[in-house]
Amino acid sequence: MSSTSQSVLFDAPGPKAKRRILIFNILGILLAVALIVYLLLALNAKDQLNPVRWLVFTEGSVWSNYLLPGLINTLKAAAISIVTSLLFGFIFGMGRLAQNKLINAISSVIVEFFRAVPVLLMMLFLWIMLARSGLVPPADSPFIAVVIGLTLYNGSVVAELIRSGVHGLPKGQREAGIAIGLTRGQSLRLIEVPQALTAMLPALISQFIVILKDSALGYIINFNELLFNGKLVGTGNSNTLQALVVVALVFIILNFGLSKLAEVVSSRLSSRVGIAAPAKEEVEAEV
Amino acid sequence: MEGYLSLWDEYGSRIMESFWANLQLTFWAALASLVLGTILAIMRISPIPSLRAFGAAYVNIIRNTPLTIILTFGVLVLFGVFQLKLTNDFDLNFFQIAIIGLSIYHAAFFCEAIRSGVNTVPLGQAEAARAIGLSFLPAAWLVILPQAFRGAIAPMGNVLIALIKNTTVAIAGSVAEISGLMKTMLEYRADVGVLIFLTVALMFVIVVLPIGALVTWLSKRLAVAR
Repeated sequence: MSSTSQSVLFDAPGPKAKRRILIFNILGILLAVALIVYLLLALNAKDQLNPVRWLVFTEGSVWSNYLLPGLINTLKAAAISIVTSLLFGFIFGMGRLAQNKLINAISSVIVEFFRAVPVLLMMLFLWIMLARSGLVPPADSPFIAVVIGLTLYNGSVVAELIRSGVHGLPKGQREAGIAIGLTRGQSLRLIEVPQALTAMLPALISQFIVILKDSALGYIINFNELLFNGKLVGTGNSNTLQALVVVALVFIILNFGLSKLAEVVSSRLSSRVGIAAPAKEEVEAEV
Repeated sequence: MEGYLSLWDEYGSRIMESFWANLQLTFWAALASLVLGTILAIMRISPIPSLRAFGAAYVNIIRNTPLTIILTFGVLVLFGVFQLKLTNDFDLNFFQIAIIGLSIYHAAFFCEAIRSGVNTVPLGQAEAARAIGLSFLPAAWLVILPQAFRGAIAPMGNVLIALIKNTTVAIAGSVAEISGLMKTMLEYRADVGVLIFLTVALMFVIVVLPIGALVTWLSKRLAVAR
């Protein structure tokens, strides 16, 4: 994708254009250097470059007591949410494809509602109400609220992915299923949805990034995940800036790995015959 | 029912004020992130390697950082450490810092949306622009981007919708907006907790669904016929 967009706007440059590009390139580098120097000076003015503030993160105890338990909670919430979102998405994706008008309507309302409502609102609601209801131990309610909130939103997105994946399949697939005597539901389950899932796999993996990122919303409802514990480290050692940077780096590395995985899967799939993934932006922006 | 009505008596005006704050956050952040996203998109498609690298680095770093961290950073670091004062009004200051955070985050997504729009512009358009003597910037600004924007309406609309919903995260940036008020209301009026959630959720549905429909309609209406 990027290679085509880069070759669209300019030719292989001639001698004059080469010189101009070189000049602007150097200007760009100088500007970037100036920006970095400015940031470093600003940080230094507030004593934020002091090694003491950074070296805290080389201590094993900070990791073993705060960051790793936080990371494990983040990953636990994300992993469970990924599984439950797929389940939710499968059920309601099938529901939206069902011929029964009532099932179809109910699934549509649920999917559209949970896609339109901010995840944080669901988490706040579940957190407070679950803790009050006594259905779960109050200490567990942040974790459960995060998982259910992530499941309702991302599950609805997965349902849409499955639906658009099935719509993107050639009509012959369904017709062949019906021709060998399968019911509509059997043909969906056995023939269409598996292919749709394969075609949508890159988009699904991108959605896992959203789940991982949104698990940080748990910070707001006192779920002791990575950001929450990172902030504790920051408050305790008066190095909030450094703590947030370290936490952000961990998230960036994890998400970057996932997006690379999505790219690899996507390029593997594109070499397979007969599977055409619908354009990603038709479905959802992974914001 | 009576409990719900008394909730409106008690919080009605604050509900409206808070939601208005979310809409204002959306407006200013959408404006700023669209401008920043366009600049980033131009950088990413430009022939200048250093600018391309900067654009790519920005997008890859910001896109993979949780918004919660960015907005927390705004209040704990920009305000807490650097004492950033954009205005003397204490509350307005947090509001403006949150706009900056939301803009920085969503600019990365607007950039990618516009870039996907650039990919819908056929090669012939760029070749024609070069043939009549336009250099990179005029070609991008006069020929490529106008068509790219029209091709990017659907993904840009999705980013806008995500931005509307993401303004609720501004609670992490100490902004008095609807999710913070909802938390307060749930704590004091748990008797009508479900109705509180449905009310606030419905406000978002009422804003988001028509915009979604409008975006779909516009993206078909404005699509460049090829």
